[in-house]
Amino acid sequence: MRKALDILPQIHNHTVVDYLSATFAALSDPTRRSIVDRLTDGPATVNELAEPFSISQQAVSKHLAYLETARLIERQRDGRQNFCALKPDAIREVAKWADGYRRCWEKNFQRLDKLLDEMKKQKHKAKVKR
Amino acid sequence: MKNDTFKIEPSGEREIVMTRVFDATPDLLFDALTKPELVKRWLLGPPGWSMPVCEIDLKVGGSYRYVWRNEDGREMGMGGKYREIVRPERIVHSEKFDEAWYPGEALVTTTLVEKGGSTTLITTMRMESREARDEVLESGMESGVAVSYDRLEEILSSRVAKEGASKS
Repeated sequence: MRKALDILPQIHNHTVVDYLSATFAALSDPTRRSIVDRLTDGPATVNELAEPFSISQQAVSKHLAYLETARLIERQRDGRQNFCALKPDAIREVAKWADGYRRCWEKNFQRLDKLLDEMKKQKHKAKVKR
Repeated sequence: MKNDTFKIEPSGEREIVMTRVFDATPDLLFDALTKPELVKRWLLGPPGWSMPVCEIDLKVGGSYRYVWRNEDGREMGMGGKYREIVRPERIVHSEKFDEAWYPGEALVTTTLVEKGGSTTLITTMRMESREARDEVLESGMESGVAVSYDRLEEILSSRVAKEGASKS
């Protein structure tokens, strides 16, 4: 996956759709957003993360698995304790990438603007000639 | 000239919607989107890339093929088939990159909407489901919830701010 990211320029729709939609989906839930917000303060155990919510630890674990699949967090082990930590690089990469993707299409569309202007002028000329 | 009408938004689970307004009629825009000699002039991507191959067989069931090349000689190709063509309003085509590392393809729906002499181009890219995503989907995703890119930025900036604060 990583290799593919490096190789392909940002016009790669699939990658962006796939990667971003996973991230957006992961962040679309308020509980998961709170978990991510909490983790910006540093790693935490599942118990600590479950505490502010009135949901079972099992439900929290499900949210964590979701965030892990979306590559937003990772699990760390310290002795007998299981910690969750944010993967800022992954988040930053997605943002950087989304930005590159956006700029790439912005350039494409600016070129398209120019082309359309030219086409309009040509059409106009053809009309005048006639 | 600055154009502020450009928007990219995630939609639902597997879609991204791109919107942009162009100062042209749908007819003109449709030509620019479907005639190879015109497409080659704007669909170039990042600086340094050209489009040596652009073949379009614009009919239902017809194929298209695009190849880009950068200054180092690196190439990237993609193609697909047209499923629906309604000139000058709508095009539906499949899309798959040569170097795709996933099964399936994306379905791209292009819609042109005229309003007051300008045309809004709406491009919707939808991924086919695939193993990795299914895992995510099965874990109980709420469908149809779109989080704006701003939300991600918000989280990022709070993260960066906190990081900065803890470092100093």
